[in-house]
Amino acid sequence: MKTVKAPFKLPGSIHPHYHKESTAALPLEVMPAPAVVQIPMSQHLGAPSKPLVAKGDIVSLGQLIAEPVGFVSASAHASVSGVVRAVTEGASTAGKATTVIEIENDGQDRPGSALLPHADWETLDGKALVSIVAAAGIVGMGGAGFPTHIKLSPPPGKKIDTLILNGAECEPFLTADQRLMIENADALWQGIRILRHILGGPRIRVAIEDNKPEAIQALEKALAKADGDVEIVSLATAYPMGAEKQLIYSLLGREIPSGALPADVGALVENVATAVAVYEAVALGQPLTRRIVTVTGPLIKRPANLMARIGTRLSDLIAFCGGFTGDSGKLICGGPMMGVAQVGSEAPMGKTTSGILALPRRDVALYESAPCIGCNRCVRACPMSLLPCTITMGVEADQMEMVEGLSVLDCIECGCCSFVCPARRPMVQLMRQGKARVQLARRQKQEKEKGKQG
Amino acid sequence: MTTDLLMPVLVLGAIGCLCGLLLAVAARFLHVFEDPRIEKVTGLLPGANCGGCGYAGCADYAKAIVEKNAPTNLCRPCRAAALLEISALMGVEAKTLEKMVALVLCNGGDVRSRRASMYNGLAECTSADMVSGSGKVCRYGCLGYGNCARICPVNAIRMMPDSNLALVDADRCISCGLCVKACPRKLIRMVPASHHVHILCSNRDRGILTRKACEVGCIACQKCVKACNGQGIHMEGNLAVADYTAPLSPDLVNVCPQKTINQRGTEAAPAAPGEGASA
Repeated sequence: MKTVKAPFKLPGSIHPHYHKESTAALPLEVMPAPAVVQIPMSQHLGAPSKPLVAKGDIVSLGQLIAEPVGFVSASAHASVSGVVRAVTEGASTAGKATTVIEIENDGQDRPGSALLPHADWETLDGKALVSIVAAAGIVGMGGAGFPTHIKLSPPPGKKIDTLILNGAECEPFLTADQRLMIENADALWQGIRILRHILGGPRIRVAIEDNKPEAIQALEKALAKADGDVEIVSLATAYPMGAEKQLIYSLLGREIPSGALPADVGALVENVATAVAVYEAVALGQPLTRRIVTVTGPLIKRPANLMARIGTRLSDLIAFCGGFTGDSGKLICGGPMMGVAQVGSEAPMGKTTSGILALPRRDVALYESAPCIGCNRCVRACPMSLLPCTITMGVEADQMEMVEGLSVLDCIECGCCSFVCPARRPMVQLMRQGKARVQLARRQKQEKEKGKQG
Repeated sequence: MTTDLLMPVLVLGAIGCLCGLLLAVAARFLHVFEDPRIEKVTGLLPGANCGGCGYAGCADYAKAIVEKNAPTNLCRPCRAAALLEISALMGVEAKTLEKMVALVLCNGGDVRSRRASMYNGLAECTSADMVSGSGKVCRYGCLGYGNCARICPVNAIRMMPDSNLALVDADRCISCGLCVKACPRKLIRMVPASHHVHILCSNRDRGILTRKACEVGCIACQKCVKACNGQGIHMEGNLAVADYTAPLSPDLVNVCPQKTINQRGTEAAPAAPGEGASA
């Protein structure tokens, strides 16, 4: 298996320090299931799932405990066996309260999977496999959490010609995908084969940043006897290389039109962890109840790559890693660029939690922001070729029509503009606010038009 | 020489006369009748263009009053005398609406309501609400970044020093309702100005959680509901809510163990019970 280089260069990117050295070489550790797990009902994009269990119910490992509501939604499964202690409102890593199912672990891990193993999956057709993926509650594990079964059934008339496996992991500090590719390369290849079977045999590109040579080697070995059009693509190390649109552009040179989906340009991107989850669901009959999470940062006593049960509270993860070394600073769920700062460590991890980052106070300097000096650095850094400086000034001045005209909705909130801004302006926050306000205005307009018609 | 001078004068003069005639004909046949009352009503309205009546500004509302028989009392900022005059002009009875004022249903500012962590983002309520409510433990309470104060067209809302709690000056409030829409936590409600006893809390969590978050939150003990025999106060889940049908008794202030019920805007109590002063 030969590795090729990605042919296209991003219009803008940044090069932060990667800080991956503290966990990159650490093998995966299986974290024992905690005494209590809290399964959040919104750990994916779309409508929150509906709980199927009530207080006092006895559940087994892998049992279906919440079903999807509506089209864009996903099911959830018990990640331990035990007794449901409560179905209540609880904290979530996303910053908004959500319904959680709290299960007290009985420590027995009584199996009760909702799925059957299909060693003979090659005899099944695509639709049957997609329904297994949906039943396993698999969502995009890179961070956005888009339900995978919807991605795998593109609208009729749209042909997927390239399946891209995303192993870029461009967020600093995180090494979860890297360890997965090194230690689970064979399962990854099986997952890729299942995905290829579902999509009717597109060509396969496994994209990895070139700062992970070990992962590239491991995959070259695992894919040595791969059949069909399969290539490993090494990407130039840059942030945000692992974003969906940027990845498609650097591999295929195809730009996704504003508001369109990757399927519109014949491409599909799946995270490598998602592919492994698909393999475990289809071939082994295991729903998504655990994932790899990197617990790292200068404040963590013993940084580690953990295989942890979904619903484990952040405080349990941190305690397993020896706790904090010093006074609290900033706790981030995800990476430092796009992660969400936490107000406490009580929130449970979800299907999209790829890392926990604890920074000491000295690393989270507080800056006063100053007015824009018009240096244009953010314009050059923007991977979406937007004008962040003009847009953010428009948001501040409440010029929402202008902001909408400057395609604020295409912003992927990667944070490159905030990273480079010499005036320390809160660029991403302003962009997010602009997006929220434009979307709100559009919704209100639609409702008004509906009211006029009705 | 004379003809050279005369010709242009004559030609231009003729063109002028022709155009004048055309205009005179057009004015007669293309005349659009506009009710002179529209202009009068527009003049009587306050001209704040706040949109509180539901129309696109004062001129649009005036047009609606004259042409579509819209009710004359939709304008909250309108003075009583002006309302009478507009009603007389339209020949309808002047029905005054009770003056409504905005009320922030939260009394837990930074002094009484706990913050779990520091917030270093945009000093703006919508953004703060996106990231776990900027560390405020209470998921319902006032964030204190003043979106309502900034949108108020008459500066009737100010942020209290120390507590960063939004406080409405009932005398200044023109009842336009812009602040109600601006609050991302939906804390502001329009209430009759004649009511002075309010339940200042929006926390719907169980009492044990509310107590952890705030010193003055409603813990759903229902003492106030019992004290007024269910007249005027009802429970919405874990929160006592005043229904503003009849003014509540000032005695309720002493009934509430959490000091959630407060008296405002009368001489007995200071108009602005600032947290800074009491803490």
